[in-house]
Amino acid sequence: MKPILIRNGHLIDPSGAIDAPRDILLAESKVAAIDKPGKIKHAGAEVLDAKGLIVAPGLVDIHVHLREPGQGYKETIASGTAAAAAGGFTSVCAMPNTIPVNDSPEITRWMLAPERNAAIRVFPIGAATRGSMGEALTEYGSLRAAGVVAVTDDGKPILGDRIMREALIAAARIGLPVIQHAEDTRLTVGCSMNAGPVAFRLGLRGMPIEAESGLVERDLRLLAEINDARAHLHVAHLSTKAALNAVRKARRNGLRVTCEVAPHHFVLNEEAVGDYDTDAKMNPPLRSEADREALIEGILDGSVDAIATDHAPHAAHEKEQEFDRAPNGITGLESALGLAIAVLRGKHKMPLSRVIALLTCQPANVLGLKGRGTLAVGSPADVVLFDPNKKWVFHAAASKSKSRNTPFNGWTLQGKVHTTISEGRVVFQL
Amino acid sequence: MPAKKKAPTAALRQKAAAPQPVKCAIHPASLLSVTHLTLEDVQQILKLADQLEKEPPARRNQRLFKRRVSLLFYESSTRTRTSFEIAAKSLGADTTLVSDKSSSIEKGESLKDTGLTLRALGAECIILRSPYSGAPYLLAETTGLPILNAGDGMHEHPSQALLDLRTILSRLNKTGSITPNTLKGVTLTICGDIFHSRVARSNALLLPRLGARVILCGPAPLLPEDAVRIAPKDATERIEIERDFNRALAQSQIVMMLRIQAERLAGLSLDLEEYKVRYQANPDRIAQYAPKAVIMHPGPMIRGLEITSEVADSPQSAIEEQVYNGVAIRMALIYRALGVSKGARS
Repeated sequence: MKPILIRNGHLIDPSGAIDAPRDILLAESKVAAIDKPGKIKHAGAEVLDAKGLIVAPGLVDIHVHLREPGQGYKETIASGTAAAAAGGFTSVCAMPNTIPVNDSPEITRWMLAPERNAAIRVFPIGAATRGSMGEALTEYGSLRAAGVVAVTDDGKPILGDRIMREALIAAARIGLPVIQHAEDTRLTVGCSMNAGPVAFRLGLRGMPIEAESGLVERDLRLLAEINDARAHLHVAHLSTKAALNAVRKARRNGLRVTCEVAPHHFVLNEEAVGDYDTDAKMNPPLRSEADREALIEGILDGSVDAIATDHAPHAAHEKEQEFDRAPNGITGLESALGLAIAVLRGKHKMPLSRVIALLTCQPANVLGLKGRGTLAVGSPADVVLFDPNKKWVFHAAASKSKSRNTPFNGWTLQGKVHTTISEGRVVFQL
Repeated sequence: MPAKKKAPTAALRQKAAAPQPVKCAIHPASLLSVTHLTLEDVQQILKLADQLEKEPPARRNQRLFKRRVSLLFYESSTRTRTSFEIAAKSLGADTTLVSDKSSSIEKGESLKDTGLTLRALGAECIILRSPYSGAPYLLAETTGLPILNAGDGMHEHPSQALLDLRTILSRLNKTGSITPNTLKGVTLTICGDIFHSRVARSNALLLPRLGARVILCGPAPLLPEDAVRIAPKDATERIEIERDFNRALAQSQIVMMLRIQAERLAGLSLDLEEYKVRYQANPDRIAQYAPKAVIMHPGPMIRGLEITSEVADSPQSAIEEQVYNGVAIRMALIYRALGVSKGARS
């Protein structure tokens, strides 16, 4: 592979506290050198002119559903990672709610096999319990050896105290985080959106915020009881002020807890359901404006560790159903950066380097993805080049994903990906 | 809770230029929700109902002669189905009934495909009853046909609200035009299982716009506090919650009783004996607190639970009038849906 020299760009690498004009040389799939403009000479390198562009670590999404094995009609590892590359991502963590559930080293290795044609790095997340049935733990040691970076029963939250405690203890022993989709499903039977006046008017059953915050509080209580500094709880797609406050409080008490927020939760509120738009149906649901504002505040004050998309592709015929019957989830990989810049930087004046940190080194740190989300010399050559000011219209039909289920179709986003490089290979170019 | 606002980022939204799965525009002669009706629409529907009702059957029969109207019923129904069917037939239309129990719906056919099939078979209008809130929107968007919502889940039952309005107006001897003051000074109590009731929602979304004060009454599990915020933006009177049925009755000229929808309770348990003590419309209570009020019930009634026979069969009761008024209202809605309402007005 030919070395790549990226010149004339403005380099932002929050992990190295760099926010300056820099050239960067990628060689042998690694970051080889970073220096002031014009300082790096390399005769054999392919030169990429990054004039007017930001050069940043490839983005890291710690929460995606790639649907393989088992549901290739929604997405494949190839199509999902192509969409990720188009969105500027170079690392994605794939949730285990596949068919069959990724609860074994065999399935993990199958996902990682070259035959899957992944455009970028995939880090599988293993099931926390066998079949995600919430009864018996999977073998965390062998899952980790096969490449798993965390365990979770995403979508099927672990409700039992005993099994959750066991999961936290077993995962702590071998250094894996436990990710919880925090939803007390006993409180959300038949529910399809956020509880409140909008749900009442639409005649839909609503999920109370306590279904999320209650389970987060329970998990944090278990984490405190275990009293093992290695035990790490990560709260997936946090959507309520109450749960965020619980996380803040636990962290002040020294517990090892992290959390992520999805773009749709800090951009939209429950009103987006409109007249039963199934592209605004996901779990956790879009919440009230007060919750949305609390998430923004949590992002701005550093309480939120990462932005993660919860990319959840579904076929058109599945979403074209009655609201209660349509599956939960929306795609997110290609709109995440543009939404984050438009809203966090555009509306809330968050410095670009902090927006990038939420999409690179911070998520990489949450799941311990060594060398990812950074441009430190010697780390894998994962780089994204984007125009931070370019406004563009997102068209779902032009997506690289196999699915089109997004509420952001036709939205004007800010920040357009120009080139994505994964381990030294150009995997997306405008 | 704070007032709901649109997320400020909604300004980012633009019209999409790229192709997406095909969605039809909702046909303007559809009736999916009472919120889609202007007061002028309401007035025209009521007027048309009067006119069609008075017309000699032989002439009425020519109005929609051999036009095709489909009834698509995913839930059991006596009143609504029969009344829509009689209404369509009185106008001369051919009706076909498709119900979930005897069609390909049982084999797993989607609402979209069922709608497209009916359209291909010549349906010019579909009357839909569905257990799913919002289903009529899906059918309207996938077929492009005029859709009449005959009750969707817990959401709305717009034709019921219109026939209730017709009943109220006639009982209160209100004639003349429909304005924000038509029901000024009228207080109406809706009592019972508000949470699961599409009838309650449609009435609460319509009547306050005509100046009626609406009191919602029921125990907390069947009447959440959020319910008052259903008040339409152009309401000229407010919606309130009053948990004490006697106090609500004492203020009301109209009392609408609702059935407890056991099929939608979803694990909710309710002490029915206590419910009867607090919320049943029985002769003693009515005589003491609302001796002159008009008693209504959209049906089906569970006699002995929310209402007793003495009350249901009393001269105060307008329950049969409601059913009777349903046919005229539904004739008007079907006539309007088939796009010929201009001819009727002349």
